[in-house]
Amino acid sequence: MKQSIFTILSNTALTDSVYKMVLSGDTSAITAPGQFVNIQLDGLFLRRPISVCDYDGSTLTIIYKVVGKGTETMRAMAPGKKLDILTGLGNGYDLSLTGEHPVLLGGGVGVPPMYNLAKKLLEQGKKVSVILGFNTKNEIFYEEEFKALGCDVTVTTVDGSYGVKGFVTDALPEYYTHFCCCGPEPMLKAVYRATKTSGQMSFEERMGCGFGACMGCSCKTLTGSKRICKDGPVMKKEEILWEA
Amino acid sequence: MGSLSVNLCGIELSNPVIPASGTFGYGYEYAELYDINELGTFSFKGTTKDARFGNPTPRIAECTAGMINAVGLQNPGVEKVISEELPKLKQCFHKPVMANVSGFSVADYAYTCERLDREEQVGWLEVNVSCPNVHGGGMSFGTQPEAAAEVTRAVKAVTKKPVIIKLSPNVTDIVSIAKACEDAGADGISLINTLLGMRINLRTRKPIIANTMGGFSGPAIFPVALRMVYQVAKAVKVPVIGMGGVSSAEDVIEMMLAGATAVEVGAANLVNPFICRDIIRDLPETMAKYRIENLSEIIGGVTNG
Repeated sequence: MKQSIFTILSNTALTDSVYKMVLSGDTSAITAPGQFVNIQLDGLFLRRPISVCDYDGSTLTIIYKVVGKGTETMRAMAPGKKLDILTGLGNGYDLSLTGEHPVLLGGGVGVPPMYNLAKKLLEQGKKVSVILGFNTKNEIFYEEEFKALGCDVTVTTVDGSYGVKGFVTDALPEYYTHFCCCGPEPMLKAVYRATKTSGQMSFEERMGCGFGACMGCSCKTLTGSKRICKDGPVMKKEEILWEA
Repeated sequence: MGSLSVNLCGIELSNPVIPASGTFGYGYEYAELYDINELGTFSFKGTTKDARFGNPTPRIAECTAGMINAVGLQNPGVEKVISEELPKLKQCFHKPVMANVSGFSVADYAYTCERLDREEQVGWLEVNVSCPNVHGGGMSFGTQPEAAAEVTRAVKAVTKKPVIIKLSPNVTDIVSIAKACEDAGADGISLINTLLGMRINLRTRKPIIANTMGGFSGPAIFPVALRMVYQVAKAVKVPVIGMGGVSSAEDVIEMMLAGATAVEVGAANLVNPFICRDIIRDLPETMAKYRIENLSEIIGGVTNG
């Protein structure tokens, strides 16, 4: 983990409510796709945890949906604005577990962390299938970006207005060696049931600190209690314990 | 440069800044970030006789200038704290540490304190009779003078280490409870624990916190905490540790003027993990600004009229 100041380079709308922010700063603490950053915002007490969509040596890309006060504040920010950010939080996806043909499933704002993950897996010479799930056509983002990386991309919409009608689980390929997934909990549960291979899923919870100190985001797993912010947010399929 | 050191119940602290229990784990998360030996000491995560998972999530809600938590004393239980956490703590922290203890019965408190009394690195026992987030225990001991005194007596009987009783602000007369603890043998009083609070999600119309209510902390509670520290410090002879919304060197000085011998920092750690280090580094300049030579001289130095 590192605390540093980032500068906003761009902050643009991808859909009516989903925004992409690119920032420049010290990304050296980010070690794996699926990690998150925790952003301090003027006038708000707690930081806002946001997943990393992509990063390189000096830039960080995050994609966020405007859902409350924090993300409303972020939407209004202009390039040049400086932000205090904790980087390198959480464990991220373990690339060594994926086999030669992983499938990546992202639902809604669970799509962004799949982007850097796909990039890293492709760099390792793996064949990568990506399934992006949305409610409806005008909520879709990043389909072209994933295609440009060289992934096999399928888009699903719940209302059938674009791509495959249904959920990400309705578009699972016939063959894959492992799955990595991020999205709302009902989607995670459906993926858990529909998949036959090993896999990893990223979980969400309201957090206090984001770095393992406050026990605000603890969950029970088959291997004991874990802090979603520090021991997660990515859990292996075989350790997940669904509570009613 | 003036001196930052204070004496807390017979143990010298290099400075009065103490991360508060529940915001600092057992120290090692923060030791990855900076040398935590810069701290006076810290109060480790509230420990109970048996392991506890704590409350269901969500456990956290944001407020204006603060937050609500309802963690519910999640901890691995005193045996595992001693066998697994304290050895890790010892690797990164080389000073006496404050052991924070909670319980659900007088016997629980005594048992856990007796176990921790045998640990060499434990300098003080901070006995939490004020957790608002557990049912049938915690705060119920801190809302009645006689119950708080009973816990104090039971703990004093099993340890020679200084016993500091941590009080709840969710009472009508905190002074009477502090005095009852002092009369029962407490070596110090720490206050305040969190204020009982609540938030509602407007979309779902449900409480944001799964446990409905939780403990409110952060800068918003600083004036309430300061007032209670002032009232208690005037009424008791034992040292008082002030806490509640402290997030700057100025806040530390203000708490000390109100009567605090040392000052705990809680919620601010969760927002800025470097805050305690930064406060300690800021103290000399802030002391100079207010013409303070030695910090220990200003304890209770507020003047009326």
